[in-house]
Amino acid sequence: MIAATQPRTFRDHARMLILDRTKNTFIDSTIQDFPQALRSVDLVVVNDAATLPASLRATGPRGASVEIRLVSQIGESDWKAILMGEGTWRIPTELRDLPEPVRLGDQLQISREFSAEIIEVSIEACHLVTVRFSKGGGGMWSGIYAHGRPVQYSYLGEDQPLWSVQTVYASRPWAVEMPSAGYSLTWKTLLELKKRGVRLARVTHAAGLSSTGHENIDAMLPFPEHFEIPPETVDAVALARRAGGRVIAIGTTVVRALEGSVALKGCLAAGEGYTDLVIDRSFQRQIVDGLLTGMHDPAQSHFRLLRAFADENFLRRGWRHAAAAGYMCHEFGDVCLIL
Amino acid sequence: MNIANASVLITGGSRGLGRALGRALAAEGASVVLVARGQEELNQTVEEIRSTGGKAYGIVADVGDKNAIHAIAAQAAALAGPIDILIQNASTLGPVPLRLLLDTDCEDLERALEVNLVGPFRLAKVLAGPMVLKGTGLVLSISSDASVQAYPEWGAYSVSKAALDHMNRLFGAELQDTGVHFLCVDPGDMDTAMHSAALPDADRSNLQSPESAARRLLGIIRHAQAFPNGSRLVASELEVLQ
Repeated sequence: MIAATQPRTFRDHARMLILDRTKNTFIDSTIQDFPQALRSVDLVVVNDAATLPASLRATGPRGASVEIRLVSQIGESDWKAILMGEGTWRIPTELRDLPEPVRLGDQLQISREFSAEIIEVSIEACHLVTVRFSKGGGGMWSGIYAHGRPVQYSYLGEDQPLWSVQTVYASRPWAVEMPSAGYSLTWKTLLELKKRGVRLARVTHAAGLSSTGHENIDAMLPFPEHFEIPPETVDAVALARRAGGRVIAIGTTVVRALEGSVALKGCLAAGEGYTDLVIDRSFQRQIVDGLLTGMHDPAQSHFRLLRAFADENFLRRGWRHAAAAGYMCHEFGDVCLIL
Repeated sequence: MNIANASVLITGGSRGLGRALGRALAAEGASVVLVARGQEELNQTVEEIRSTGGKAYGIVADVGDKNAIHAIAAQAAALAGPIDILIQNASTLGPVPLRLLLDTDCEDLERALEVNLVGPFRLAKVLAGPMVLKGTGLVLSISSDASVQAYPEWGAYSVSKAALDHMNRLFGAELQDTGVHFLCVDPGDMDTAMHSAALPDADRSNLQSPESAARRLLGIIRHAQAFPNGSRLVASELEVLQ
């Protein structure tokens, strides 16, 4: 499938392949048709995490250049992170140089006033570390936003600014990679959903790195991801259920948050948690009925999750249809609605 | 709007009306995030609020800088939680002494529009989306009588405030019934650094204090839903709302 190498001028020009499990059909449409594909009793749940500039360039203790790629915040100023050596996002992650080895207490200098100290080195891979920024709270966020760049991958044509990697409803900066399934949704489409009676709800889920280019670390993914479910979302799910409506997740991160909450607490409950739930063919969904997602290659880990929603052969046929019809993949690409 | 426990972002928050609003809102239990260009004054205001037990955070940024907007919005949400109330208070007069439009450089007009109109547009665009998703929120923009009166020599400022008023009306019309409210308020003349920069010879004894203007604005914020979405209000024409 062709990779989308840049954002579209109009994000709602994305194509949408509807995979209807009940009718065993594929329908070619666009994201602007999303409201028509749903019923007034349905509930749409989005991930409102904003994408933070999680890639920071620093100088290592022996003077070499190192990229700190943030994975997840685990304390006031502590973050799990991957370190990479020389090079930029233009080089595929699997071909990037390893960084110079680091030890506990090493300082990674980001600017004269802002640095990160290595406070833990993973035994599985020496460049999977925990860093502690020299400032906490506002100072840390200001340092991250002053020096960080969004994480981006080698198939992109140009360096993307921060505003290019945000959904239109992005709020708190929890995601290190964009929750991209909702990227093509505009307020015109979202307000049309509301006008038709479809309710909108949100979770905040700290979408983590989808790959690091390092076999040992990729085998450990997903790392536990932080999520929060507001009480209104729990109520909205109950309301949709009572009315016979479906819960449609916008992206796999929403599935992980909602189903992760059930796995963690026994039922969908308001509040925060961490989940490393692996969702695959054998997974019994408790909350989510349908999914709007990017175009995921059967070889990708995301595809494994889709098998919890539809028969693998049906998904593969859908993928082949989309590839032949010129659909595009990756975060700025087209989408697929599994109903 | 409920003020206690609300997360409020105030641009131009280190001095004048922005500072007075920050203090008043924090005193009522809001978490306030103040944005300003000058670090020292901003730190002072933040410390002043914290010293009285209020929750305050400062972000050094220029709302006229396109690259600053997502950083402001995201940092504010990270520090204080998703923003419930956005107060678009930062503004520039343009070149002072004030001058005729025919003597105003194009670049000065552009800069006034960037700070007084385009910056507020960008911030509203980033922050009102999450508010619609939550089904509640308020974007309150500080306007001026110069937006409706053609005072000679107030050109750059006047033009930008008139456009701000209309942008507020449009947002209000487009987001009708979403639970997100847009209001523009002319707070009246105040004894501020901006006023004395514009009119250095004015009699300051006739001017209200920023604190007094902030008290009126607090009433408007509390009762925001009572006004039609997109309204332009003149604070002095309203009874002080409790």
